[in-house]
Amino acid sequence: MSPARIALRAGRSRGLVELRQSVTNGGDLFNHLFWPVLMLVTLWFLRDRPFGQSGFPLGALVLPSILGMNAAMAMVSMSQQLTADREDGTLLRAKATPNGVLGYLTGKLVSVSGGLLIDLAIFLLPALLLVRGLAVGRPAGWLTLLAVLVLGLVATLPAGAVLGSIFTSARSQGVLTLPILGVIAISGVFYPITVLPGWLQAVAQAFPIYWLGLGMRSALLPPEAVAVEIGDSWRHLETVAVLGAWAVAGLLIAPLVLRRMARRESGSRVADRRERALQRVG
Amino acid sequence: MTADDAVVIDVAGLRMRYGTADVLHDVTFQARRGEVLALLGPNGAGKTTTIEILEGFRTRSAGHVEVLGTDPARAGEDWRARVGVVLQSWRDHGKWRVRELLAQIGAYYTGYTTPWDPNDLVAAVGLAGQANQKIRTLSGGQRRRLDVAIGIVGRPEVLFLDEPTAGFDPAARHDFHDLVRGLATEHRTTVLLTTHDLDEAERLAGRILVLDGGRIIGDGTAEELARRIAGRDEVRWSLGGERFSRPADNPARLVYELYGEHGDGLHDLEVRRASLEDTYLSLMRRAELAHQGGPR
Repeated sequence: MSPARIALRAGRSRGLVELRQSVTNGGDLFNHLFWPVLMLVTLWFLRDRPFGQSGFPLGALVLPSILGMNAAMAMVSMSQQLTADREDGTLLRAKATPNGVLGYLTGKLVSVSGGLLIDLAIFLLPALLLVRGLAVGRPAGWLTLLAVLVLGLVATLPAGAVLGSIFTSARSQGVLTLPILGVIAISGVFYPITVLPGWLQAVAQAFPIYWLGLGMRSALLPPEAVAVEIGDSWRHLETVAVLGAWAVAGLLIAPLVLRRMARRESGSRVADRRERALQRVG
Repeated sequence: MTADDAVVIDVAGLRMRYGTADVLHDVTFQARRGEVLALLGPNGAGKTTTIEILEGFRTRSAGHVEVLGTDPARAGEDWRARVGVVLQSWRDHGKWRVRELLAQIGAYYTGYTTPWDPNDLVAAVGLAGQANQKIRTLSGGQRRRLDVAIGIVGRPEVLFLDEPTAGFDPAARHDFHDLVRGLATEHRTTVLLTTHDLDEAERLAGRILVLDGGRIIGDGTAEELARRIAGRDEVRWSLGGERFSRPADNPARLVYELYGEHGDGLHDLEVRRASLEDTYLSLMRRAELAHQGGPR
């Protein structure tokens, strides 16, 4: 087997080990449960509220939107983990190993997407029992959900890797939180986007969260629910186009930025960052 | 594979400059296969910078550097597989278990060599009892031994160790020295280690490079260095209440001549051997003074 193939395989087992760690360790388990449970609580309060004059239950609209939002959040976990791994020297360790960076990134893809699947399941299974008005009996719907999920990951994970290479410390990652909350707020997750002014709708449609939510709604809602959407359409073509554009851009930029980031890593750089982190604490 | 006494590390005229400050000036040395070389010097002498350049983690400003016949700045993954790296401090992979991480890292080398079996390796570095422990629960010395284990898991031809025994207790240090000597004699691994511990350099290394202020000021065995840097042995005596001292290449001859000349009038006769320790201590003092005098 070629060394690169070996590294891909080692990377896969690396990802699986990290995934197992994340469900057997208290802190990580809390992270897995926190958002899904919070979203379930939100859903509980929204479950019987109708949306506008349509009379459509808001809970049914929100459930798939939350799925879409969570999927987009894989970008944030990717970015955070990359920064953390740079800070503690994990990335440098990979660099000191033959084809280690390739294996490291493979492992990250496996563990972040695996972690996402766990988070989605923790939310979705109880949520399905909570909300009425969904069309969950159609196999085509679940296939659509799967397709949207895969497309969403391809669109967001490379972008997350780019962000993770740009931010050098866990603290600067915090800068990201506010704009992300802003995008969530305007992406029609908790209320249909059509109630927003046109320019805000336009801004939201530049980001993956809205499109992932739309795709998920098209998968899990009955056909008549389309009346709530922009242009009374699920806009599958546009969904593929926007998420595809994110994917292409991410896949083009990520290798460049990642290579540059890996090249700059050295022992003294890791030590410097630790020193700065300690100074902030002290 | 390299020939038996081939030059494995070849550095000539290495310079490193950060902004306007030169941290390495014209560093030149070589290491042959199976040699253990210590880079000895006070903090800030340029040891870590030198070793990072050789590891391929830092780009030099000027000079010629070859490790295993390849420039580390342009080396690929094949080269990487032949080089082991132990940095000054690691704290990665805290959630992993010792054996699990050794197996994971070892896996990458299977295309190039037969990596150490994780069970044999934990035994070799004295971590058999901690094989299933989470890495963040290891003590400082145990963590360091794990770092060394990871450094050698791919059976490297060259091993770089940056301050490998900082924080070791004497017993752990002794075991570690045995391990490194074993790598060099049994596996013909070339080892370059940095240390500011004179005793360690003297015990472990066949050759010592003394680095101070970014310059190599000594290159040789401990005895050679003591002679070359501390200068010659010194003979001291007193005659009629007056004290004398004189450096001597051959102190026995000088003592013989003195006795022949002054007989029993010769008092307080003393021969001071040039020692590496004296040299080193004076070096450290000089570096300290420079540091205190410099801007903070």
